Amino acid sequence: MSRIKACFDRLKAEGRGALLPYLEAFDPDYETSLALLRQMPEAGADLIEVGVPFSDPSADGPTIQLAAQRGLKAGATLKGVLELIHQFRQGDDHTPIILMGYYNPINHYGVERFCKDAHQAGVDGLIIVDLPPEEVEELAPYAKAEGLDIITLTAPTTPDERLKTILKDASGFVYYVSITGITGTRSATEEQLRAAMTRLRGATDLPIVAGFGITTPEQARTASRISNGAVVASAIIKEMAATYDEQGRATAASLPTALEKIRSLAKAVRG
Amino acid sequence: MPTNTPITSQLNSLRTGPDERGHFGIHGGRFVAETLMPLMLELEKAYAHAKTDPAFQNELDYYLRHYVGRPSPLWHAKRLSETLGGAQIYLKREELNHTGSHKLNNVMGQILLARRMGKTRIVAETGAGQHGVATATVCALFGLECEIYMGATDVERQKPNVFRMHLLGAKVHPVTAGAGTLKDAMNEAMRDWVANVANTYFLVGTVAGPHPYPAMVRDFQSVIGTEAREQIQEQTGRLPDAVIAAIGGGSNAMGIFHPFLDDAEVPLYGVEAAGLGLDSGKTAASIARGTPGVLHGNRTYLLQDDHGQITEAHSISAGLDYPGIGPEHSWLHDIGRVNYVSATDQQALEAFQTLTKLEGIIPALESAHAVAHAIVMAPKMEKSQTIIVNLSGRGDKDVPTVAAHLGVKL
Ligand SMILES: Cc1ncc(COP(=O)(O)O)c(C=O)c1O
Repeated sequence: MSRIKACFDRLKAEGRGALLPYLEAFDPDYETSLALLRQMPEAGADLIEVGVPFSDPSADGPTIQLAAQRGLKAGATLKGVLELIHQFRQGDDHTPIILMGYYNPINHYGVERFCKDAHQAGVDGLIIVDLPPEEVEELAPYAKAEGLDIITLTAPTTPDERLKTILKDASGFVYYVSITGITGTRSATEEQLRAAMTRLRGATDLPIVAGFGITTPEQARTASRISNGAVVASAIIKEMAATYDEQGRATAASLPTALEKIRSLAKAVRG
Repeated sequence: MPTNTPITSQLNSLRTGPDERGHFGIHGGRFVAETLMPLMLELEKAYAHAKTDPAFQNELDYYLRHYVGRPSPLWHAKRLSETLGGAQIYLKREELNHTGSHKLNNVMGQILLARRMGKTRIVAETGAGQHGVATATVCALFGLECEIYMGATDVERQKPNVFRMHLLGAKVHPVTAGAGTLKDAMNEAMRDWVANVANTYFLVGTVAGPHPYPAMVRDFQSVIGTEAREQIQEQTGRLPDAVIAAIGGGSNAMGIFHPFLDDAEVPLYGVEAAGLGLDSGKTAASIARGTPGVLHGNRTYLLQDDHGQITEAHSISAGLDYPGIGPEHSWLHDIGRVNYVSATDQQALEAFQTLTKLEGIIPALESAHAVAHAIVMAPKMEKSQTIIVNLSGRGDKDVPTVAAHLGVKL
């Protein structure tokens, strides 16, 4: 059974939703992001989203844009990100890892080789922001062959009819982009989220996670209960980045700050 | 294409693209976030409907004639031709359009479409500021809210246009991400759009972006080539021996090329900005030095590094300073129908001065790249041959930049 399915089955038995913290690979350097990745499960991460830095993150707000810039400055490449995950897998064989990024670095790497290497490194799922169902066929057969779930994105703008068609072949879980907007800006209200889940549940039996604009433990708790999981990205990165020195390097406070934020989110999700 | 055209001639035509999914060969497509995807489908539908609605065509024709000032003349540049001693050069005078460039052709079409779609707020990206000015102009004309995203570097080097946009009532947002040029402005405009989908129309300024933008912008710009093709036959009795246009995203080039695509005997030249030189690392020539990749909603030739990160373009001309090119051009390059060549910053500066002195026409630095290639080609051709150069814009906006390069303090 895939790690993603095993994880959601276990959480269902526990009667709670998932916490999916996000980290930008190589932010602000390889070692720090590897250390953070390794300690995330113990701090309460159920699944982890690893962001692949890209030069033109057009769906991201300022926080993740800056994180991507720091990552690239520290030498991030897609190959390097897979190496990071490979290292992590040496000590953790059960926490699902979802790669999140833009299509061009994958396209450039070569989709077939990428799917092979990603599977080998221990990646479980892919969220590719700018590869909609209309274009996904060029990647899907290779991902499927390697047992990688391509996570389908849904949005408030997705009409019901379209939900049915794009979720027909979805696997792993479904990601609900809970606002119309970029990462780290506004948040959805509880009512909006509830209405969206009713729409989505009519179109899929897969677990649904909500992301974009989830900042506080309170919001994470609400979102993880209405849906099956809450993704938190900018809020963690922002607090961690506040501990960097003037050159944007990690300090002694960086890791503990990020982990503390994850602990408080996890406590709320489990509480 | 008229419905009575025989199937065989449609099959042989290079003018029928893209396919129903927006692909030109391997290029094009719709690589956008899910939030935007339903909007792309809606836009595609709205445009397909407008395109076949005579009322829309009539309305567009009315504004093109009485507001934009079409048709634009085709000018036989006799002194330039004589001085070069070869082919006769004809300038398609898009710089005479209202607002001073070809950009208004496209903007007029899209603003009418946006109004049909009931959108009340317009966002646009701009490089040189010509597209921003054109967009701000029609927003003033129709009383629509207008937000323009412009790289901070470009805000600095195109100050006259920034002030024009302010006067027209637009809000100009300088974008500091990256090198602060057109690519970064495009990212930021997309971020605004995704956050304001309900009332906002994204008015793309070139033949790039997700389907249907490349095809739609081409259609609106094709008026350039349709006119030029008739005008050159009127004036010389035959088709030209070359057509030359500068390439940023490629809208003025696609506009003049498209009506000539099926005239196999007419060679077409797209002039990319070589910047400091093709191998200087400071270039904007995405076909000459790029590889296929995916950016801003489409697959096309891009300047990128070994890891698929987009690299910064460089050109003296803000309007050409973009690491990509419209997907239809990438396809036309792959099949060999259009020749993609380049001109350096230095060549463009020289062409800028030559055209100004010999014809009394100050070209935009963008258009000066096309003129520069005519200066290279014309002397090698017969005096009886003809070249059409698309003079996409006027150079008033570039006077400060050129002065600085010539060491003149204004
Ligand atoms: C006068 C002029 N020509 C050409 C261009 C390049 O754009 P495109 O290649 O889309 O025609 C610009 C863009 O700003 C421009 O202002």
